[in-house]
Amino acid sequence: MERIKDIRSRVVLQEHGLENVLSSDFPGTYKGFDDAWDHDKFKMNFRIDVVRLAGDELEFDMVGIDAAIANAFRRILLSEVPTMAIEKVFIYNNTSIIQDEVLAHRLGLIPIKADPRMFEYRQEGEAGLEGRETDTLEFQLKVKCTRNANTKEATDPDELYRDHKVTTKHLKWIPIGNQSQIFKEGDIRPVHDDILIAKLRPGQEIDIKIHCVKGIGKDHAKFSPVATASYRLLPEITLTRPIEGELAKKLQRCFSPGVIEIDSKNGKEYARVAHARRDTCSREVFRHDDLKDYVQLHKIRDHFIFSVESTGVLPPEVLVSEAIKVLKGKCRAFLHELKEVADM
Amino acid sequence: MTSTPVTKNLELSSTGSDEDETCRTFIFRNEDHTLGNALRYIIMRNPDVQFCGYSVPHPSENKINCRIQTFGVPATEVLKKGLKDLNKVCSHVLQTFESSMRDYRSRNSPGAAMDTTDQG
Repeated sequence: MERIKDIRSRVVLQEHGLENVLSSDFPGTYKGFDDAWDHDKFKMNFRIDVVRLAGDELEFDMVGIDAAIANAFRRILLSEVPTMAIEKVFIYNNTSIIQDEVLAHRLGLIPIKADPRMFEYRQEGEAGLEGRETDTLEFQLKVKCTRNANTKEATDPDELYRDHKVTTKHLKWIPIGNQSQIFKEGDIRPVHDDILIAKLRPGQEIDIKIHCVKGIGKDHAKFSPVATASYRLLPEITLTRPIEGELAKKLQRCFSPGVIEIDSKNGKEYARVAHARRDTCSREVFRHDDLKDYVQLHKIRDHFIFSVESTGVLPPEVLVSEAIKVLKGKCRAFLHELKEVADM
Repeated sequence: MTSTPVTKNLELSSTGSDEDETCRTFIFRNEDHTLGNALRYIIMRNPDVQFCGYSVPHPSENKINCRIQTFGVPATEVLKKGLKDLNKVCSHVLQTFESSMRDYRSRNSPGAAMDTTDQG
């Protein structure tokens, strides 16, 4: 029974390869286990612990859920949570050395700080090239480089020229319709104001009108709201017998800093697993014949350490909430369609 | 493969016989592994289900095929239960996440730190 519990709840890291990778907690797999889906049982075991929220980064533990569902949240964070991004670039003049299409592509990748929940998806073909206040944000980029007449002997471009670096701070938001009433100045802007777009020399200029629309990362990576969204399983390290003296120090060196601590007891030094969470699961310990039989490495199958880093468009905790809502929306949409089938 | 269009994104594949309602292949349009694997997992946890699996038939076709075979109940009912269960899971995860986030905020705001020292 204990052996079966281990198979169900732990992924085993071995010297060569992994064991018990796949979930097997389905009805009929094991005698003596009731694996029928029970929402109340799920609610009892499930928990989320927020570990760290610092600026655009969020780390939290999601415990008591299967990888299939946790992975759905991760995948949705990467590719299905909508954001606003530059989609159409109208180039009236571009005499810089950067080609129109390269410039347009560079502009597309700039993260735009605007709440996508306030906008609708722009319908293809509708309203032609003119965006509506409910689905489009307009920006203008109009920069001309000039020579700085005050300097004679300078060699530094920053002193020689004015506006020779086109950055995101030159992007000017042009409110459409009632947008100026809904949004304040500063609500709608590029996330960073120091992203270099192009470099100019005196006489060169860029005159561009830009449309931002709502979209999802599945369509184009520029719409992805996260820099990274990933999870790892919580490692578990078990020492099968006391490890002391030089061997303990050697064991400590096999793991990431802080994972193994050394305690002194009765004049002897013993190794102790202090923070298994910090382990990178390198399996270095299995390369040492004098250690490998005394250490077992596992990962806890239903303990996900999520790490979400936002591009700055929305706070990371809002992104996670939105991702969960997207999966909910999918379920509801198909339930609705299933009902239509039944009615027919 | 022919199929009967039912609604916008959900179709019933017409391979095999229509008489046996315990076996069905559903086609989900505009879906991928995100919903496919999550739904497969939750349906497989249903004891009435004999088999549930999904596939992405071709990487450039934006759809998945989801096959359900049951021990007796209609496959459509099993799919409906799966979607409902998954929806409930999402609701609970969302609720838990938001309350954990509130706890974290109150733990880490300066006012909360003073509260704990008062109690201590």
